[in-house]
Amino acid sequence: MVIYGTALLAFCMLVGLVAGQLLGILLGVGKNVGGVGIAMLLLIVLSDWLRRRDRLPTPTQQGVLFWSSIYIPIVVAMAASQNVVKAASGGWLALVAGVTTVLACLALVPVLSRLGTGGEDNPESQSGAKE
Amino acid sequence: MIVLSNWLPTLLGKHSLVVLLEKNSLITAMFLVGAILLVSSLMSRKLTGGRIHPSAIGIFIGLAFAYVGGITTGGEHGLADVSLLAGIGVLGGSMFRDLAIVATAFGVRLQEFTATGLSGIISLVLGIFVSFLIGGLVAYGFGYRDAESITTIGAGAATYIVGPVTGSALDVSSEVIALSVAAGLVKSILVMTLTPFVAKWIGLDNPRSALIFGGLMGTTSGVAAGLAATDAKLVPYGAMTATFYTGLGCLLGPSLIYMIVQSIV
Repeated sequence: MVIYGTALLAFCMLVGLVAGQLLGILLGVGKNVGGVGIAMLLLIVLSDWLRRRDRLPTPTQQGVLFWSSIYIPIVVAMAASQNVVKAASGGWLALVAGVTTVLACLALVPVLSRLGTGGEDNPESQSGAKE
Repeated sequence: MIVLSNWLPTLLGKHSLVVLLEKNSLITAMFLVGAILLVSSLMSRKLTGGRIHPSAIGIFIGLAFAYVGGITTGGEHGLADVSLLAGIGVLGGSMFRDLAIVATAFGVRLQEFTATGLSGIISLVLGIFVSFLIGGLVAYGFGYRDAESITTIGAGAATYIVGPVTGSALDVSSEVIALSVAAGLVKSILVMTLTPFVAKWIGLDNPRSALIFGGLMGTTSGVAAGLAATDAKLVPYGAMTATFYTGLGCLLGPSLIYMIVQSIV
């Protein structure tokens, strides 16, 4: 049933948010600390476990996949409901932040590529390249 | 004609069509977003030859609409302040957004994660920290002094998803969240358009460098479109590491990185 997939997704999100909230209280920041990230990790682990035990039929998968495929439309809706008028006064900030970040990260690509090839006997990086 | 002139005012009157759309505002929002993305896909193909991904155009249109909505209503929630379109605020609110983001992790296989290897993991962590660092520094340079806003704008420099997720976790204003989305959007569009031109200089011509590229850049739409314009064979390698980026960013942003920023500011 499709709802099993959606329920699994909902379960992961709720557990993640609760864990994030608890972590926030524990650390004394009073905010949700990484709840969405925890939920994602949980979904990866749980779905992998279910898949290996053959407990993840197509309908169940569809219950999750619908929500992941609707992700960009939701982001568009999110963008459309932000306080852009106020943000536009700081538009330069967005531009400067975006441009400098991209340039810095592009410059790091050859640096990291070279680092890896230095240790060619590293089996991990080789298998990563071959996959 | 007589019939039309009879029912048209009633249909458009305050008590029928407008109220009907208002009552079903979430459905109205779904239709509107679908229409926006249809226009975005057409613009992507006809105007940019597919070089700029429809999602980036769609988000830009969304931000532009939010601007128009904010000007006309004087409110703080962009298009969602237009009562007819209040559903946009529900559809794009943190509840559905977080659910959809978590759902994207479903496509990730555990063995893929380990196959990414050490270089993939290093590039991911480095990419996230460098983006937060630069975005945060720029925010500081523009006068933001609270750890929450600095972290959120740094998160936006990671991706336009990590920004708002971090921002809502840290309770910042919608204005700062909008800024983080805009910064992420600039990054995404730049990666899409710049990649084919700089590919030679940065040695982006083999699966391994594509994998590192994906981890450093992180913006999935930017990486996928940029690599497709460079060499379509490289797309899966870059996209693989990039898909981990958002999750890792959402995990580290409102936690470790926020605490680091907090301790510095």
